[in-house]
Amino acid sequence: MSAPAERQVEVNGLPCRVWEKGSGSPVFYLAGLAGLPRWTPFLDRLAERHRVVAPSIPGFPGATGHDRLDQPLDWVAAVLDLLEGAGLAGGDLIGASIGGALAAEAAAMAPGLVRRLVLIAPFGLYDKSVPPTDLWGQKPGSWPTLLSVRPEAYKELVAAPEGVAEAEWSIIMTRAAETAARLLWPLADTRLARRLHRIRCPTLVLWGAEDKVLAPAYAERFAAGIAGKCTIRIVANAGHLADLDAPGAVAEAVFEALG
Amino acid sequence: MKLLWFHLMPYTRLPEDFRERHNSVWVDIDRRLFDPAVAHRLYNEFMDELEFAAAVGFDGICVNEHHANGYGLMPSPNLIAAALARRTSDAMLCVLGNSLALYNPPTRVAEEMAMIDCISGGRLIAGFPVGTPMDTCYAYGQNPSMLRARYLEAHDLIVEAWTRPETFAFNGRFNQLRYVNIWPHPLQKPRPPIWIPGGGSVETWQWCAKMDYVYCYLSYFGYKAGRETMMGFWREMERLGKDRNPYRAGFLQFVGVAESREEALRLYKEPAEYFYGRCLHVDSRYVNPPGYNSEATQRAKVTSQVALASQRAATFGGGATWDEILAKGFVIIGSPDEVAEQLKTVATDLNVGHLMLLLQFGNMSRELAGYNTKLFAERVMPQMSPLFDDAWENRWWPKPLPKPARVAPQPVETREAAE
Repeated sequence: MSAPAERQVEVNGLPCRVWEKGSGSPVFYLAGLAGLPRWTPFLDRLAERHRVVAPSIPGFPGATGHDRLDQPLDWVAAVLDLLEGAGLAGGDLIGASIGGALAAEAAAMAPGLVRRLVLIAPFGLYDKSVPPTDLWGQKPGSWPTLLSVRPEAYKELVAAPEGVAEAEWSIIMTRAAETAARLLWPLADTRLARRLHRIRCPTLVLWGAEDKVLAPAYAERFAAGIAGKCTIRIVANAGHLADLDAPGAVAEAVFEALG
Repeated sequence: MKLLWFHLMPYTRLPEDFRERHNSVWVDIDRRLFDPAVAHRLYNEFMDELEFAAAVGFDGICVNEHHANGYGLMPSPNLIAAALARRTSDAMLCVLGNSLALYNPPTRVAEEMAMIDCISGGRLIAGFPVGTPMDTCYAYGQNPSMLRARYLEAHDLIVEAWTRPETFAFNGRFNQLRYVNIWPHPLQKPRPPIWIPGGGSVETWQWCAKMDYVYCYLSYFGYKAGRETMMGFWREMERLGKDRNPYRAGFLQFVGVAESREEALRLYKEPAEYFYGRCLHVDSRYVNPPGYNSEATQRAKVTSQVALASQRAATFGGGATWDEILAKGFVIIGSPDEVAEQLKTVATDLNVGHLMLLLQFGNMSRELAGYNTKLFAERVMPQMSPLFDDAWENRWWPKPLPKPARVAPQPVETREAAE
């Protein structure tokens, strides 16, 4: 895996890392719970056919400034600043988990910005018959098995990169967890339901069949709310972080949707 | 020095197999364990105990705030303090809640505390804890990533509401109020003394120093574990150029007094094991939400009080045994002279002028709590009280109205008398 190119864009005056790799039509990617601690096999697969652009949400690895985002509108404005700053202008956008909730907000609030949307187990809705699992009411150390059917792959994803001290990395990963909590606490309901109808672009909603955080049944709620043509794909042998668990299958589904 | 009698108001009927059968004393404690008829009795007995402590000469009586908690039946310390304001006359009322981020708008805290200060004739100590994660983030649904910012803003609003002479608008990040004008105002001027119960965060120490507030370390793990924290506090005070006035600090200690050490060993074993076994059985799921500890605190490698509690509880497995409780100094026991000797060492070693004493703990009965309290007041207190007073001024103690100016509650007239 070769390293991605790196640049920065500013959101609220603070630099956010943008990773980029591959060539072809651009596909933007907003990462899930832990952000993007390192480049992943899934993104490498995408980069075989596309120019993959992965900007880091404030608070996720490579970017700070989550503590300036209080209201939902602050988050929407920050994500639009981030995507526009990274060069998204009518291109395709993938969002996973938390990145999915924010990608959906961007598509809803700035319809011209996104051509086609892929949501991988996005947060944002709340169904009281299958409420989202409380990510922060878990025994310490239980995230790997909660989030992934390949806990070892998750541990590798979030391990300290070479050259970064353990102590400092632990603070960075705690900050990423805090960022997720800041948006989703306490019930993971961002009230996205009120804006879903504004998503008018073609959308693929993709879910890991083994998702223990958000039941795959949420895919139907998204499809029912989104105004654009919406396709659902359930990926076998994948948990909440489906693109980590099944990079090949998820990439294939994305190629089908985006070419 | 000042000696304050502290009540946690534990539910005393948690079953013997609580640790085995139930996952947590806090947040999702089993509702079926709560019997309101038992609580009726407990509240009244506990308030009796606080009133008794005031009557036998403790300088202050302390209440605090917990939510969804089997060892703390005081979601609203202000309710208890209001009742105590009427039934006591000289002891200071040390309200070591309110967790400011939980009140919307926070002017509610300014109002209620001003009421307590007026009713009591100026005997209020206003305690402002951030609150534990279990109380604030889990039981009260507050966002851990915004908790401290909300807390600090609420503090600013309350202090302004107490001290500004005019009606004002407050345009905060979290609170927008067109008209702030609390009525009543506190009796103490410019405001009641503010004490900050905290864990061991450097930022809290710096803030206390800057604001000139009392820092209280409320540890359940005694002076041996608390020593490091208090040493850190005093080093930071020195670094900031503050004096070593012991009244800058408060410290909590469990104590059991009896005629002899043998008697104390016999009397206090059960309530201590009840507290350290059943009451501190906190599920590790609820102790460390991301964002609760600031990055500076993480860098300073300070572990929060509750995380520490949970870690220690986990270390004990089945809860601390009596031998561990004693060896580690969680509870200090002995004859009055032995206890006084140890507590004098604690006070001078940790340099704390405000010692808060838990003389009722766990499932201790009213009778035993009364015995413990009385022995302490009669035979320990006289040995302790003179400490520090010749050397330091306590600028953080309430200034009530002079006694003759204070109104005592009138007994209700009997029907006969009215006729």
